[in-house]
Amino acid sequence: MDPVDIGLWGVPLAILGGAIRVSTPFIFVSLGECLTERSGRINLGLEGTLVFGAMSGYAIAYQSGNPFVGVLAAALAGACFGLLHGWICKFKGVNDIAVGIAMMLFGMGLAFFFGKPYIQPQAPDLPAIPLGWWSSVPQVQAALQVNVLFIAGGLLAVAMAWMFKSTRVGLIVRVVGDSTDAARAMGLDPDRVRLLSTAAGGALAGVGGAYLSLYYPGSWTEGVSSGQGLMAIALVIFARWNPINCFWAALLFGGAGALGPALQSVGVTEGYYLFFAAPYVLTLALLILTSSPDRALQGAPLELSLTK
Amino acid sequence: MPRAEGVAIPLGALAAGFAAFSLFLLLVGKSPAEFFGLVWKAGFSSAFSWQNTLSRVSPLVLAALCVALPARLGLVVIGGEGAIVLGGLAAAVTGTAVAGWSAAPGMIAMALAGMAMGGLWIGTVGALRIKRGVNETISSLLMAYIAIALLNHFVEGPFRDPASLNKPSTAPLVDALKVGDMPFLGAHWGVLAGVLACVFSWILIERTTLGFAARIAGDNVRAAQVQGLPVGKLVIGFTALGGAFAGLAGYYEVAAVHGSANASLIAGYGYTGILVAFLARHNPLAILPVAVLLAGFEASSGLIQRRMDLPDATILVFEGMVFIIILLSEALYGHLRLFTAAYWEGR
Repeated sequence: MDPVDIGLWGVPLAILGGAIRVSTPFIFVSLGECLTERSGRINLGLEGTLVFGAMSGYAIAYQSGNPFVGVLAAALAGACFGLLHGWICKFKGVNDIAVGIAMMLFGMGLAFFFGKPYIQPQAPDLPAIPLGWWSSVPQVQAALQVNVLFIAGGLLAVAMAWMFKSTRVGLIVRVVGDSTDAARAMGLDPDRVRLLSTAAGGALAGVGGAYLSLYYPGSWTEGVSSGQGLMAIALVIFARWNPINCFWAALLFGGAGALGPALQSVGVTEGYYLFFAAPYVLTLALLILTSSPDRALQGAPLELSLTK
Repeated sequence: MPRAEGVAIPLGALAAGFAAFSLFLLLVGKSPAEFFGLVWKAGFSSAFSWQNTLSRVSPLVLAALCVALPARLGLVVIGGEGAIVLGGLAAAVTGTAVAGWSAAPGMIAMALAGMAMGGLWIGTVGALRIKRGVNETISSLLMAYIAIALLNHFVEGPFRDPASLNKPSTAPLVDALKVGDMPFLGAHWGVLAGVLACVFSWILIERTTLGFAARIAGDNVRAAQVQGLPVGKLVIGFTALGGAFAGLAGYYEVAAVHGSANASLIAGYGYTGILVAFLARHNPLAILPVAVLLAGFEASSGLIQRRMDLPDATILVFEGMVFIIILLSEALYGHLRLFTAAYWEGR
């Protein structure tokens, strides 16, 4: 199909399409971080988990010929990273932020180490659902090629919000995140709850990584992630530890990231690299505007070292 | 013997890290003996390998100070890469402006520009923490990404030398403003600057009232405030000083290594510097040996790749493992009976 000239309408359309494509890893990694932080721990290592998830997902999808097996493998690998992080942070005197940085180096190192042979071969892609079938404009159809993981991410956000609000498991995670002492008094084991929350968060980050290598950009290279895992931490603060907000924030980030390429496509090339910084500037500006020196961030789990 | 603890635990953790990595090598079917032999050979065995190692020491030391100084106030600043990148850019742009000057004032102007830029960049992180309560880890990280975008913007656009075709760069420095090698060592003068910066930082922290106040604030902010210490000024001052050192690293990368500002400035020294600072337990004097050790590891990367047929990420795996185990060993402080006074008195 030939592109139809739709003039400046191409810009918002490209931003919408970009937001949908770019936001999926943000959705998964931020939902994972949201769960971990709600339990009172921060995992700064999700960038490493994401990259390792991208590599292992791609490698297993290539070996098995099935992209969904790859996604599953990425989730398992992510869970292992989460378990390791959770186990190390259990000890007193260990700085969870520093451990996160170390895990990030370690995860990226392992991914690049074992991923070398998978840079060339082509693994099967994850399928997309053409939600733009109703339109005759090819650009609209291209923008609305929605990947199954994007939809799964949206459903997961709703499910997680419901879990926090109305289930026993959600209550346990919240209690542990707000007061270690209260949790102990209730007969809960805070270390174990945090360990499982960190593992589940790592699994979700792994899935986010698999999306990167199996759908968009859709191949395994060492530059497959450009800080999405780290951005997720800012994103969760921005979303005030609310899963539904994480979904919208991820879309906003994706859209901000698509701004530069979208403008470039209609001939605006001035300041291309500055537009590339848009999501980071946006996050920083929102953090500055919404923070206060006198009180902890609204909605923050009280046991979180980051905001204490 | 609690003092011995501070030496024995890091050394023990380093040994445990080596052991864990040896196990990893065995699992992938490679020889640990060959690996460590090559690290020794490429990093430390000859005058040539020492040159190779020392050439990487300067940015590591200066980037580590950017982590260690704020850490004394309890801040985890991880965005030193941004200060290196923008410090280098500021130095390069200044270098073009002062191209007609004689060597000494021109070099000083460039170094000051790099330090001012780096200090402003990380000082902003401290100021945001104090004035707005913005977490310094997150803001420094976001600002590192913004700094990289700014560098790309400026070397592709306003400050691009039209003659740089494949690799957009600022105009090359005139020869008079380039920093040469130190006599006998084969490494540029940035190494000496790094040593001086460490000594200066150590004196500042350990031997001055300012450093004393900073350590109190790092231990207990409430207590420091009750004592009437100027916590805000200390935070901004220490973050700005750390950033200035990282900016100085950028200056040396431009003036002694690359000759202009371009994407080569984004080399990850800011991130390895975090590892150096944590390994040194944020002690400026301990940063020096640790930086030499890590610089040697990184210098041996190429030889290990060729001889052992391993990917270049091997060193990253190694560093990650060592870093994790070192952090894990923090849990041991105060728990080993061998290092308690009671153990030695009871003997």
